[in-house]
Amino acid sequence: MRAPPAIHLEGVGLDFGAAPLFRNLDLCIGAGTMTVLLGASGVGKTSLLRMLGGLVAPDYGRVVAGDGLPLAGRVAWMGQQDLLLPWATAMDNVMLGARLRGDRLDRDRAGRLLDCVGLSSHAAALPATLSGGMRQRVALARVLYEDRPVVLMDEPFSALDSVTRARMQDLAGRMLAGRTVVLITHDPLEACRLADHMLLMAGHPARLDGIAVPAGAVPRAVDDAGVLAAQSVLLRMMMQ
Amino acid sequence: MTGKATARSMRLLVTLAGLVALWGALARWGHVPPYMLPGPDAVARALWTQRAQLAPAALTTLEETVLGLVLGIGAGGALAIGMAVCAPLRRWVMPMVLLSQAVPVFALAPLLVLWFGFGMASKVVMAVLVIFFPVTSALGDGLRQTEPGWMDLARTMGATRWRVLVHVRLPAALPSFASGVRMATAIAPIGAVVGEWVGASSGLGFLMQTANTRFQTDLMFAALAVLAVMTVLLWWGVDRLLARALYWLPRHADVD
Ligand SMILES: Nc1ncnc2c1ncn2[C@@H]1O[C@H](COP(=O)(O)OP(=O)(O)OP(=O)(O)O)[C@@H](O)[C@H]1O
Ligand SMILES: [Mg+2]
Repeated sequence: MRAPPAIHLEGVGLDFGAAPLFRNLDLCIGAGTMTVLLGASGVGKTSLLRMLGGLVAPDYGRVVAGDGLPLAGRVAWMGQQDLLLPWATAMDNVMLGARLRGDRLDRDRAGRLLDCVGLSSHAAALPATLSGGMRQRVALARVLYEDRPVVLMDEPFSALDSVTRARMQDLAGRMLAGRTVVLITHDPLEACRLADHMLLMAGHPARLDGIAVPAGAVPRAVDDAGVLAAQSVLLRMMMQ
Repeated sequence: MTGKATARSMRLLVTLAGLVALWGALARWGHVPPYMLPGPDAVARALWTQRAQLAPAALTTLEETVLGLVLGIGAGGALAIGMAVCAPLRRWVMPMVLLSQAVPVFALAPLLVLWFGFGMASKVVMAVLVIFFPVTSALGDGLRQTEPGWMDLARTMGATRWRVLVHVRLPAALPSFASGVRMATAIAPIGAVVGEWVGASSGLGFLMQTANTRFQTDLMFAALAVLAVMTVLLWWGVDRLLARALYWLPRHADVD
């Protein structure tokens, strides 16, 4: 993996129809850090993330990498649904990127990554035969196979039960350490466990406000006193 | 599973037996002359005595149908793919495809015979024409409805258009394509038979037409029965094939 870049938003704005979704956003996402993005439904989090991933172009301003090189080709994407291809085995899903680019398929590495997410015995399974948590782990292995310095995740664990979700947070926190990660979530506990930086998106047009994060390295323990205190403060803030 | 299948075949048999019994009763006691409605026994006799006529006729029709299916599915599929990858092609050709549906294909049958002769070719073209639209529109619909999340994912992965088509969009469109192919399989024999009816020297449609003009109604019914069985068997075979190709589709509780 190449060195993870910082990402700068410079005066970025996006419109949908007549109403501006956001305007004049300036932001610096630190290189190699985990940035968690929170905010009410419909405020524009997914749109912002799609912009970071180059899936929509901003109407104003620009998105640039800290090292001045283009971001395209350096981003891995994980959506709210696992987006596994139902006709492909877990292994083939992990290697999808290579197949779509026409690269050589590295089965050994895909196998090792499935092993990392605890699915080595399910390499040949079709997605329909896996549980929701297992499917999300295959999707995580697919992100890791891409081995991109920037990882964008849109509510990746929201469909999971809380125990599976806590496990996935541990796994993702460990496996994605050192990359520039932006993660959207509605779950204050998830935010407090995983964030190096936390941003709350609010208002029309939306603004971004930084929020203090608990001490300690990511992923923080679920029963960490700092995490639990910060979680309740955050929940209260989100309810306003 | 096998128990369910047996139960299903049992129900089918009972229904068929009931219909045949009803038909037999109507023919025997319904004061209908046999040249209008021959009884099941007369038709069964015709099936056996005229087998030397029926078998080659069925083979001709089957050949035309299968050829028409292969060509129609191939051409319809190729056009759908072409229109999915090339927007100008879609804008220019789609109105023509729609227009072709406004012309009743059966009205074209005499013309096709005139152009392609009394042989197999005109019937194959006829079959191709009737199945072309269902196939093209089914695959076209499937290709147009690729899950947007997959397209996003493919874009961030740096995929090429063709590879996305081959590895994502086409497989995803397969269920929709399959329903078009099933429909095509059911109607392709109609195309072939109508072609034979208008002008041919062999085939079930030809046989039915000659039997009709000679008031050999029992032979006509026999030919009809052969056509029905052939269509059902063909459909069943195609359905099996498609089910195998779509191994990954979630199996809904067996529809019975
Ligand atoms: N393609 C689109 N065309 C028109 N409007 C859109 C489009 N995509 C999103 N929007 C609008 O932009 C707004 C923000 O959508 P977005 O998906 O970014 O919200 P979000 O913060 O991710 O919400 P959620 O938490 O529910 O996922 C919404 O009001 C939505 O209606
Ligand atoms: Mg969203």
